[in-house]
Amino acid sequence: MMQEAPPLLSARGVTKFYEGIPGCRDVSFEVWPGEVLGIVGESGSGKTTVLNCISARLEPTSGTVEYATRHDGPADIYRMSEPARRLLMRTDWGFVHQNPREGLRMGVSAGANIGERLMAVGARHYGNIRQAANDWLDKVEMDTGRMDDLPITFSGGMQQRLQIARNLVTAPRIVFMDEPTGNLDVSVQARLLDLLRGLVTDLGLAAVIVTHDLAVARLLSHRLLVMRRGKVVESGLTDQVLDDPQHPYSQLLVSSVIHP
Amino acid sequence: MAEDGYNFAYLDEQTKRMIRRAILKAVAIPGYQVPFGSREMPLPFGWGTGGIQVTASIIGPDDTLKVIDQGADDTVNAVSIRKFFARTAGVATTEQTEAATIVQTRHRIPETPLGAGQILVYQVPIPEPLRWLEPREAETRKMHALEEYGVMHVRLYEDIARFGHIATSYDYPVRVNGRYLMRPSPIPKFDNPKMDRSPALQLFGAGREKRIYAIPPHTQVRSLDFDDHPFEVQKWADVCAVCGSGESFLDEIVTDDRGGRMFVCSDTDYCARRREAGHTGPATRDAETGGA
Repeated sequence: MMQEAPPLLSARGVTKFYEGIPGCRDVSFEVWPGEVLGIVGESGSGKTTVLNCISARLEPTSGTVEYATRHDGPADIYRMSEPARRLLMRTDWGFVHQNPREGLRMGVSAGANIGERLMAVGARHYGNIRQAANDWLDKVEMDTGRMDDLPITFSGGMQQRLQIARNLVTAPRIVFMDEPTGNLDVSVQARLLDLLRGLVTDLGLAAVIVTHDLAVARLLSHRLLVMRRGKVVESGLTDQVLDDPQHPYSQLLVSSVIHP
Repeated sequence: MAEDGYNFAYLDEQTKRMIRRAILKAVAIPGYQVPFGSREMPLPFGWGTGGIQVTASIIGPDDTLKVIDQGADDTVNAVSIRKFFARTAGVATTEQTEAATIVQTRHRIPETPLGAGQILVYQVPIPEPLRWLEPREAETRKMHALEEYGVMHVRLYEDIARFGHIATSYDYPVRVNGRYLMRPSPIPKFDNPKMDRSPALQLFGAGREKRIYAIPPHTQVRSLDFDDHPFEVQKWADVCAVCGSGESFLDEIVTDDRGGRMFVCSDTDYCARRREAGHTGPATRDAETGGA
């Protein structure tokens, strides 16, 4: 994809060691506005480490992560002030966890979960917050009548939808997703993927999606990074990587998908 | 007369200086929780040790002390603490709000408005307003530092979603001087407006949690709310059965096992002196007419 605008997020030489054990090594890539980047690889290949490093949740041992802020242009997310970074994380960014329990406030209703980010940036009108929550439940295809129910009473798929709604309510520009469909059964997965694809297209969101499921990657992402042992072994357009893998490991990964 | 064998007001002078330093810092930063080295007191944590340590550090021989517990001067907590200071400091004690220079309180602010020069000392069980929303202390401190208080509104939102109105009725969160979010100890929200721009100094001591915070005189204290669900205090359909007051905070008292109940002022000093001034309520009127 050729774009005139600067990249939204660029990682350069991101390396993370856990007590001497490499989590990821020398990972560099860019994410452009409106682009969905998939990161695939086997368990332990460093996918989640990379995701955490670029989403300001885990400072890399070396390397830089730059984000194009709305007002001040590209800024290193680990060099900006903490208030600025935290504000960014709850307005411009979203983070969807594999386990919705990590991303949701399980003790308060669905409406409060969606409204939390709005209240965090200063919304103080109950009616408006409720209206926004209602709209977002509708957008993620949930029954708006369940707005006052606790997330604990929801199915896994609904919790995941709620988590997505909660993240998108402040109109972020980039969403990080860690195995968003990992815990769901196949039919629920398909519907959620359909929803995600729709939302990403409609809202012009950029997204970084970590998954071990190549079908998810093919459906959602424009570009793919293939990781193995902490390193990116191959990158390119999704169809190109999946249909004509060059690296032996990518070839193995693609050939090990079971076709029913 | 103070008893022998104790330092004035029980605590040793070094401890009092340490607590006074914490109080000075707390007054300088309204609403900010200052850590301090809370001491073992001769009663358990949770019985008002924070308030007692604050009182012990600021009390002088010329002070007059009033202690209230749920508004009453004659309940066990109030009586014990009053006696404690009468014995260890030999100070004068009173039940009259305006005669006191220091009022130590649990769960109420007196109905009689406090004036300049008076000090109100609160006993605080849990000082951290964000505690039940964020269990990590390091994180709540960061949230205070960065003024990230949106999550407090999540709780109020949840109240309205469930009950149709903000159902939190005590320990109602406030912003002090437009900056720090503060827990006013478990006073009813009825008392929240009394904290706003009060001419008296308000000190808060949490003994078990080892925190002191303060509201200096004439400081703005605003209760959190929503634009379309403004802050409101409790209202009663009844008046006090004893003194007939329609303005004070009323306790509901069950009088028999056949559903009989009556409402009386929680502030005993306020109620008794209204009686002395000749006010009567439904119960006292009945008794008088019945006796006549």
